[in-house]
Amino acid sequence: MKRFVLATLMSLVISDSASAQTLRFGFNEDVDILDPTLSRGYTTRMIFSALCDKLIDISPDLKFVPQLATSWSWSDDNLSLTLKLRPNVVFHDGEPFNAEAVKFSIERHQSMAGSQRKAELGPLKSVDVIDDQTVRLNLSAPFAPLVGYLSDRAGMMVSPKAARELGDKFTTAPVCAGPFKFKERVAQDRIVVDKFDKYWGKESINFDQVIFRTLPDATVRLANLRSGQLDLTERIAPIDVAGVKSDNRFVVEESTELGWNGIIYNVGAGEKAKGPMGTDPRIREAFELSIDRDGLVQAMSKGQYTPGNQWISPSNAYYVKEIPVPKRDIAKAKALLAAAGQPHPVITLVTPTQSETMQFAQIIQAMTREAGFDMKIQATEFATALDITQKGDFEMFTYFWSGRTDPDGNIYNFTACGAPLNIGKYCNPEADVALKAARQSADPDNRRKSWAQAAAIILKDRPMLFAFHRKYFWGRRAELKNFVAYPDGLVRFANLKLN
Amino acid sequence: MLRFLLQRLALMVPTIFFVSVIVFSLQQLLPGDPALTIAGDEASPAVVAEIRAKYHLDDPLPLRYGKWIAGLAHGDLGFSLRTQQPVTQLLAQKVPVTVELATLAMAVALTFGVLMGVVAAIWRGSAVDYIARSIALFGISMPSFWLGILSILLFSVKWRVLPASGSVSLIEDPIENLRSMIMPATVLGLVVSGVIMRHTRSAMIQVLSNDYVRTARAKGLAERTVIFVHALRNAALPIITLGALEFGQLLSGTVLTETVFSIPGFGKLVVDAVFNRDYAVVQGAVLCTAVVFLLLNLFADLAYAFVNPRLRTQ
Repeated sequence: MKRFVLATLMSLVISDSASAQTLRFGFNEDVDILDPTLSRGYTTRMIFSALCDKLIDISPDLKFVPQLATSWSWSDDNLSLTLKLRPNVVFHDGEPFNAEAVKFSIERHQSMAGSQRKAELGPLKSVDVIDDQTVRLNLSAPFAPLVGYLSDRAGMMVSPKAARELGDKFTTAPVCAGPFKFKERVAQDRIVVDKFDKYWGKESINFDQVIFRTLPDATVRLANLRSGQLDLTERIAPIDVAGVKSDNRFVVEESTELGWNGIIYNVGAGEKAKGPMGTDPRIREAFELSIDRDGLVQAMSKGQYTPGNQWISPSNAYYVKEIPVPKRDIAKAKALLAAAGQPHPVITLVTPTQSETMQFAQIIQAMTREAGFDMKIQATEFATALDITQKGDFEMFTYFWSGRTDPDGNIYNFTACGAPLNIGKYCNPEADVALKAARQSADPDNRRKSWAQAAAIILKDRPMLFAFHRKYFWGRRAELKNFVAYPDGLVRFANLKLN
Repeated sequence: MLRFLLQRLALMVPTIFFVSVIVFSLQQLLPGDPALTIAGDEASPAVVAEIRAKYHLDDPLPLRYGKWIAGLAHGDLGFSLRTQQPVTQLLAQKVPVTVELATLAMAVALTFGVLMGVVAAIWRGSAVDYIARSIALFGISMPSFWLGILSILLFSVKWRVLPASGSVSLIEDPIENLRSMIMPATVLGLVVSGVIMRHTRSAMIQVLSNDYVRTARAKGLAERTVIFVHALRNAALPIITLGALEFGQLLSGTVLTETVFSIPGFGKLVVDAVFNRDYAVVQGAVLCTAVVFLLLNLFADLAYAFVNPRLRTQ
């Protein structure tokens, strides 16, 4: 009996459930709807990268590369995009992936009630099935960002049979054409996916199973990596990066995010736009000049984030080098405030209650005080913040944007007249012309010129303050090989393996 | 006794009805629009309107309540607006984990709390009493979040003897299940044991000064019999009351401990649902919690009668 008790106790202490065939991946928040048409959350894309292949993917250096589509080309008038599809691909339910399936998925994105993809597909008019492996997307106006959106959730294809049969319940058992198929979901705890044996690129997939674990706290996530409970974790806190790097059992991978982080000013939405910030660009300029971006990223990330002043980071090919990141100039800021007759403007920054946004707001508050600003912080949880922004009930709003592969997704909807994310109701027809020109041309040089024109106008009007660009930090066990960091922050499972 | 039981069960129905009405009405007062929260800031007003119509969020409140009650009668608590999962499925995933964690934590709390309370009362004013009270104070004062992180760093990161997080089904793998529950149950139990210890100690001190205890000792009964049969049984009533309340608290969710140990329990479900304005989940979870509290109160009343025969006739 004593031996039995001893053996049981020993097994309690030393048993280890880890399996070499399973990848255990920790991520920081619970995902929302497991349907590429309805999903909104950033983290849900992590799961989709295992479940749902896209028509187009990106490379680590942000080039568009084939995935379910092997090639694509614009018509001369940029009004149609023809895609050649990968042959011999099947969905998880065995249904064939072909031009009909693409037509179904795209039309589902466009017509399903509550679809989050409708706006991304822009002026898409119709989808033509040319043959089994060729599909043509017809537009009512040129829309170059379409390729970028097809490299995200709008390009994810679902099984028409499963989508029709499951209807609203599709999210409980999503059926796509990715390297893994859905097994189970325990809300706020884990999502388990199994290797799909008929995946078109199955030779590159080395795991039988991936377990996505929801671990919202960065300290806890890291403790799980260190204790051997995880093989890979995303979003290591910047403060922990040096510690993980110094431990040879683990490796830190990083990439600069596609998005931007800063402040949106209310310049035209209701009564709150009539304050000093909303009415006088000199005060917005003074506010910007009072910020030390190097100090900001030092305080927030020990200098690991990138200071920025545009909707894309300085390392992006479309960054307008002629307008560099401005230096702090308190004297000039004070002079501008004096010229505006507002030496001590009293202003309020509405800030969502995440730790990083709050930290950002507090640093900005301290920095701008030196120039004479009396900035209050109104901390607001997410649902209320959405309500406030929709009603225009804010002077300034802290906004962190995860970014899109095409720069259009980082700026057009925030600044074009009447665009959905333009919560500050900025509207400058000249900026609109430049922004529209950039989305209507498929030629990179033309787009670069148009965005440079837009930047010259928008960065002078200052409807927004672009402050910095974060980095994604992944921590992995040293035994996990072939991990490649992508700027969209998502994991590619091809070739990833545990030695 | 049976009549008492039936009376109490019958009284639960209007109470639960009242709770459901209050929850249904109060959550409408929360700022923020659930349709907008689901749609997010990127969505156009048309998409928000579609979502509102799809989930009947623009129906009059009494109509929505009526539909919800009608669904409840069929065991259907609706769908989570955020994840589209059925609420009954979410509750079915969470309830067993939470019940197990709360039961184990309560076992830890009662074992340590009652034992330390009795010992401290017997040797009142001695070093043992001070040590027991210090441990209780430590348990009450230490935030479970902090204690949890420290335990993980010690037992999972440094010594690697226990898993840092997660929970495995008791049926699938009982040993792994127990391994994953040891740390969270102990952390939670230690916090509750401090409260139980203090109540046990004061109740025991009061009881031990009563005449019947002196009589029991004068009869020449063994000290163990005096303490555990005569004194503790009489001191048990406030401990039962407190135990039931604490158990109810544990069952209604312990957000911080669940977060630290990544336990898929009730607390995180409710908090996330409130922040996401996921009305159906909030309603289902609150209803479930109300039923649990009422049942625990009933069990506490039955336990009074069990330990004190005089109450059975009242």
